[in-house]
Amino acid sequence: MTALLEIRGLKAEIDGRQILNGLDLTVNKGEIHAIMGPNGAGKSTLSYVLSGKPGYEITGGEVLFNGEDLLAMDPDERAAKGLFLAFQYPLEIPGVATLTFLRTALNAQRRKRGEEELSSPDVLKRVRELAKQLNIDPEMLKRPLNVGFSGGEKKRNETLQMALLEPKLCVLDETDSGLDIDALRIVADGVNRLRASDRGMIVITHYQRLLDYIVPDVVHVLSAGRIVKTGGKELALELEATGYAQYQNEAA
Amino acid sequence: MNAEIRPVKTAAEIGFADLFAAVRQSLPGGRDIEAVRRDAFDRFVAQGLPNSRVEAWKYTDLRRLVRDAKALAPRPDADAWTAARNAGAVFAGLDLRRLLIVDGAFVPELSDLAGLESGVRIRATAEALSADEMVLPLEMAGTDPAAALNTALAADGVVITVAADVAVERAIHLVFVTTGTVPAAMFTRSRLELGSAAALTLVETHEGPDQSDYQVNAALQINIADKARLDHIKITGEGTAALHIATLEASIGAGADYREFGFAAGGAVVRNQIFLKVAGEGTTASVHQASLLSGRQHADTTLVLDHVAAGSQSREVFKAVVDDEARAVFQGRITVRPGAQQTDARMMARALLLSDEAVANCKPELEIFADDVQCGHGTTTGALDDQLKFYLMARGIPEREAEALLIQAFIGEVIDAVVREDLREALSRAMFAWLKGRE
Ligand SMILES: Nc1ncnc2c1ncn2[C@@H]1O[C@H](COP(=O)(O)OP(=O)(O)OP(=O)(O)O)[C@@H](O)[C@H]1O
Ligand SMILES: [Mg+2]
Repeated sequence: MTALLEIRGLKAEIDGRQILNGLDLTVNKGEIHAIMGPNGAGKSTLSYVLSGKPGYEITGGEVLFNGEDLLAMDPDERAAKGLFLAFQYPLEIPGVATLTFLRTALNAQRRKRGEEELSSPDVLKRVRELAKQLNIDPEMLKRPLNVGFSGGEKKRNETLQMALLEPKLCVLDETDSGLDIDALRIVADGVNRLRASDRGMIVITHYQRLLDYIVPDVVHVLSAGRIVKTGGKELALELEATGYAQYQNEAA
Repeated sequence: MNAEIRPVKTAAEIGFADLFAAVRQSLPGGRDIEAVRRDAFDRFVAQGLPNSRVEAWKYTDLRRLVRDAKALAPRPDADAWTAARNAGAVFAGLDLRRLLIVDGAFVPELSDLAGLESGVRIRATAEALSADEMVLPLEMAGTDPAAALNTALAADGVVITVAADVAVERAIHLVFVTTGTVPAAMFTRSRLELGSAAALTLVETHEGPDQSDYQVNAALQINIADKARLDHIKITGEGTAALHIATLEASIGAGADYREFGFAAGGAVVRNQIFLKVAGEGTTASVHQASLLSGRQHADTTLVLDHVAAGSQSREVFKAVVDDEARAVFQGRITVRPGAQQTDARMMARALLLSDEAVANCKPELEIFADDVQCGHGTTTGALDDQLKFYLMARGIPEREAEALLIQAFIGEVIDAVVREDLREALSRAMFAWLKGRE
């Protein structure tokens, strides 16, 4: 069976600085992988490179998404094929209403996949349902995307987008940071609802707490641009106790 | 003509002189009006077509951009009427009182003059001129060469008066349309007299055939009496090769509320010059402009705003989206006279450049002669934000569509200034149509 995501020897730099140093990672359908690692290790960089953010130069390796060359695709194409990144720092877009944005994104993806577009009322209905599950005030949907949203509201909005777009691979970059205890539970429930045998997830986090809610199948340590250790969910607990010092030395 | 005037130089200047000599006898108006025309033409000749050394025309060198003078358009015939009938389609479906000005001539037969509200009067400018009414002299734009040319040659247009205390429910739509395949010149003069505490929404659209290098020189003079309210919305949607020069003059009385909105997407060379005088106290005035330019279009919006009376507020927001090799020009000069204490004036110009060859020239100026005022201005010029574009694309929105969303957001802010929802929606549709053209 082809892996959902297969990263082999990925090297990437930005502004002449090498950040990813030969990274290997395989995610199969139905699996949840957690990635932990020190600040500046390259976790967000990995998520950006996967989603096709401009500015990164790939200097080595390859990435297959359902067997296809992911790095050759434009960001919108990757999204339509089912890749979703929940941003560590979601952007504010003044003048674009949240609901308009959601509808445009959903229908653009459907169009690209040759599916029929959904009418505005249909989209609204779905969005309202999901907003309710995620405890998002429906009034927020009328506001410009993320503008003036609190940190936690932005993260919940990312989760809403993910739930609406039903991707095949979800990459969550510190979706837990900035969430209060109740919101963390609500967001985690939202993520867990998306768990499915044909869907994979990469959960980037600094905190074991999130992994109590979203229980991973595999935990990786990313340090200095490489996966330096892979283990089961108990690895997260271990890291909580020992920190990253040993891995940083190893990577250096 | 006057003997001391300096010799005309360009082919276009010679052409205008020939044109004036040929038509002045046949233009409407008696001896006094003819004298006003001659006087204005002398002023034009003395200055010639403005070039880039003339400060007010710094970025729009008419000597270079206007190659020749066209003959005046013939009176519209049956074919012209047919071509004009569906003009002003941007506002199709809205209940507006349509007044058609075809090839520079007001056509009552095509206009909706039935059931005029009491206190509203609508006439052809030619009729007012023939009755020797002094509707031609301009107060603020008088010395401007393009405006002078308009005064000299204006043959028709519409004169609207709204009596005091009359709130006109139904908006008036001035539909300016150029027809025909032979490029011609149209000089129109219109006037709006808004009585005290009267209220009106005046919409104006300009359009014509693509590829024809016809020339429009349209002037509108507005007098807003105390406590009156006016919304004026103008769409410059001329054909692809057209020259469009428009002069707007408005004097705004005490406690009046005036909102000017401009949308420019058509024409090859466009100049919208706006002269405003805040003449009374406690007035609010705003000017919003959205320009959407592509190809080699050149669109210039120049505002001269004069705060004469105290305690008034003015807000100006100019936004331009510039693609390909187009150029957007914005010049704004706000003057606050010594008597205009407690003036609160703010001006902002923003240009969004969509290509490396696109150009925006912004020149805001403040001249303040009063000490107790709040005034400010700012300009920004830049490309679309790549980070925002990536965020949209990462959600599956293709590049062009992502750009369109961001452009909509940028221009939407100005369109939001239009109070009436139906007009706002029509303007949004015009914006979408422009964006569609980019795909
Ligand atoms: N434009 C850039 N030029 C040079 N270095 C950069 C640039 N952008 C990011 N970096 C560096 O890349 C490294 C990896 O950053 P990244 O955001 O991927 O780290 P991270 O693992 O997500 O960290 P955190 O846990 O703090 O979110 C950092 O050292 C960062 O400073
Ligand atoms: Mg990060």
